[in-house]
Amino acid sequence: MAGEKRITLEIFRYNPEDGGEPFFQSYEVEYLNHWVVLDAINWIKDEIDGTIAHRWTCRMGVCGSCGMMVNGEPKLSCHSLLRDYAPGPVRVEPLQHFPVEKDLMIDKSGFMERLAEVKPYIIRDDVNDTGNGEYLQTPAQIAAYHEHSMCINCMLCYAGCPVMSLEPAFLGPAALALGQRYNLDSRDKGQAERVDAMSGDEGLWGCTFVGECSVVCPKHVDPAGAIQKGKIAAAKQWYANFIKPKGAKK
Amino acid sequence: MAETFEHDVVVVGGGGAGLRAAIAVAERNPELSVALLSKVYPMRSHTVTAEGGAAGVIKSNDDLETHCYDTVSGADWLADQDAVEILVNDAPRQLIQLEHWGCPWSRERDGSVAVRSFGGMKNQRTWYAADKSGFHMLHTLFQTTLKYPTITRYDEHYAAKLLIEDGRCGGVAALDLRTGSMRAITANSVILATGGAGYVFAFTTNGAIKTGDGMALAYRAGVPLKDMEFVQYHPTGLPGTGILITEAARGEGGIMLNRHGRRYLQDYDLGQPLEVTDPRHPQNRMMELGPRDRLSQAFHYEREKGNTFKMEEFEDVDAVHLDIRHLGEKRIDERLPFVRELCRDYQGIDPVHEPIPVRPVVHYTMGGIDTDIDGRTALPGLYAAGECACVSVNGANRLGSNSLVEILVFGERAANTATEEAGELKRPNPDALRTQAKDEAKRIQQTLLNGANANGGVRPAHVRNKLRKVMEAGCGIFRDAGTIQTACDALAELSEQAARMTLDDHGGAYNTQLINALEITGMLEVASAMAHSAHARTESRGSHQRTDYPERDDAQFLKHTLAYRQEAAAPRIDWKDVTITRWPPGERTYGR
Ligand SMILES: Cc1cc2nc3c(=O)[nH]c(=O)nc-3n(C[C@H](O)[C@H](O)[C@H](O)COP(=O)(O)OP(=O)(O)OC[C@H]3O[C@@H](n4cnc5c(N)ncnc54)[C@H](O)[C@@H]3O)c2cc1C
Ligand code: FES
Repeated sequence: MAGEKRITLEIFRYNPEDGGEPFFQSYEVEYLNHWVVLDAINWIKDEIDGTIAHRWTCRMGVCGSCGMMVNGEPKLSCHSLLRDYAPGPVRVEPLQHFPVEKDLMIDKSGFMERLAEVKPYIIRDDVNDTGNGEYLQTPAQIAAYHEHSMCINCMLCYAGCPVMSLEPAFLGPAALALGQRYNLDSRDKGQAERVDAMSGDEGLWGCTFVGECSVVCPKHVDPAGAIQKGKIAAAKQWYANFIKPKGAKK
Repeated sequence: MAETFEHDVVVVGGGGAGLRAAIAVAERNPELSVALLSKVYPMRSHTVTAEGGAAGVIKSNDDLETHCYDTVSGADWLADQDAVEILVNDAPRQLIQLEHWGCPWSRERDGSVAVRSFGGMKNQRTWYAADKSGFHMLHTLFQTTLKYPTITRYDEHYAAKLLIEDGRCGGVAALDLRTGSMRAITANSVILATGGAGYVFAFTTNGAIKTGDGMALAYRAGVPLKDMEFVQYHPTGLPGTGILITEAARGEGGIMLNRHGRRYLQDYDLGQPLEVTDPRHPQNRMMELGPRDRLSQAFHYEREKGNTFKMEEFEDVDAVHLDIRHLGEKRIDERLPFVRELCRDYQGIDPVHEPIPVRPVVHYTMGGIDTDIDGRTALPGLYAAGECACVSVNGANRLGSNSLVEILVFGERAANTATEEAGELKRPNPDALRTQAKDEAKRIQQTLLNGANANGGVRPAHVRNKLRKVMEAGCGIFRDAGTIQTACDALAELSEQAARMTLDDHGGAYNTQLINALEITGMLEVASAMAHSAHARTESRGSHQRTDYPERDDAQFLKHTLAYRQEAAAPRIDWKDVTITRWPPGERTYGR
């Protein structure tokens, strides 16, 4: 390999099938200036140790597969230049707050299963009626939800969120931001259907507003902001229900 | 043991085509149970990387006829015109449907959808969501699938083999990555939506999952692969990584410059440039908005003339400049924010202040599984849609932004056919299918997992890397009999090496090295079909440029290539007529 610089990666290893304890394994890598952490892991897997398990698809920061703890911080490994970690070593671990499947692979199935709870799709009667053209939506109306629609489901915010470590039942920043993204979409009429899943202690009110999710988010989705907006809307709704007698709504 | 799961329809692939297909089955017949299988979580599928947009006639200054003609001429007349008409006519409805499901298409001030210019398109008709169109489409589709209780997902399942009994397809044998166990997922209809095969080339915008698995699955089952010699080079990839800079950058007005600062495309019969300050710039079907094959070929000539520059930091590869500085920061941030982000993060430059170095990069496979206009393949019970299929609407050169609508139009269409026909044929005997899945597990165990080749074996990655270089060298932008033959020979040799692949990992759980090895055997099949098809087509058309046969030859080759797999021999090549309806073959002109 025509690299100029060397760095050591300490990779978290765990294999559920051999019954052993997790450990860190060190690999020395020669790297090129433009290499990211993911390139180094791929090179190790190709050339030295094919048993390493990790996920990746796009290598351009948009598929959301490659999240890992890099030197203790949740990062997209395809978006973390190795040279920024020189002279090393670089410690690479699976995202925290998730069960580990093998090596750098976490179990995301919980998130995938719970995503449906926030009903992340447009709810209204005529969604399949395309005959009258597009629903109009001005740039300003898009702006109301747009940043929250940029989530790549990379799970870094779950690794950053302190509530996730204490309260595994918490729906979590990405799922709540997504529910809120649809609530804020002018085309949607499904807010009422999302209320149950999104409010409550497992939902919006579980958030203690540390805001770390928005700090670690690589796509500026600002889940903390979405949750905050959700809380305000939910509180308003609560007062409205409280003041008006039941059934008088709308 | 192979656990069996019974469904009515199996969709293999969770990209745009697969998700659209799954929704279509669920909508059309809520009685049917749908299995949605993907080797990665659906939102990781490659559709997520698409940037520029999706074409569909929507504005009053545009018309369906022109979209058809642009597509047919862009395809160098190798597209089937009945399929093109279906694509073009249905595109607006599909894009509105996506909009209704939540896709945040960029808008005009009045709230109607906005469209932009794209290469080879006479009018503005490309819908876009800034420059993350595929990302938004894929997430919208995925999130919409969550509405349907009849869709059962098999995430991180690798389809290893089609199950075929009594002459029809009755499901797939799939490895559950989590445990490594083989499952028989059976159904009356199987839809392949496994995406393209750009990863068989060394320098590509395609990530490591685009290995052409579905093409290999069908090919092994006797279904021909069509037009495989047609591989698209996109003219603007970042030199070191191959990361795509979308054509939308040129659609918004970006210009191509050689090392002397000349807008060199004017030297390649693509018209005369207008000043970037001229309100008529950029002009459709001219200069920077010519088709991709012609632009990538122009790069090649510029390199031969010494007009490109070398990039020391990337092993001296050649590059030219894509300059968008004149668009200004505001417009770049509004229309092309992802381009800016990618340039900053992966190239270390800010396109607001510096031109972007780019070079041609393998991007898209026009060829694929031969289907009719309703998604049927030659194997009863098997359907295909999306980039893995060849209907064909892309012919010898796809126009940018036609693919994202193709996956919707033909994803739904194949699903409709599969839904209708799911009830018609007798369900194959489940025991026979289970036995086949078990046999496939045994085969994998014996050939790859038992450590038999431990000494003298070959690392899978070495076979893969060699294969990808061979294709780049032999079947690049320009080819001739010699380079192609060299590739064919090297591929035969690599197939022998692949039989001796040795794994480090012999376990079950998340054995991604095993998956890679299985992908490599499929890549070899697909590459061989590409190389042998390229060998047989002794003319130049669209993206298939033979220096030894530089002219288009309609008399002999206004035909689709069909590659049939043969056991331990080169594929048999056959031909099939192109469907011409309203646009007889003509001269392909741009800039005039
Ligand atoms: C960087 C980039 C930018 C692009 N930009 C545009 C654009 O602006 N406009 C446009 O029209 N086109 C664009 N394209 C092309 C377009 O994005 C693709 O052609 C299209 O998205 C393909 O969709 P698909 O559903 O057919 O395949 P994919 O999205 O690739 O999905 C394939 C699916 O099949 C699954 N799969 C594959 N093999 C197996 C297996 N063995 N077992 C189980 N599952 C399997 C995968 O997991 C995945 O879910 C772009 C392409 C790239 C690479
Ligand atoms: S590999 Fe896709 S986000 Fe990193």
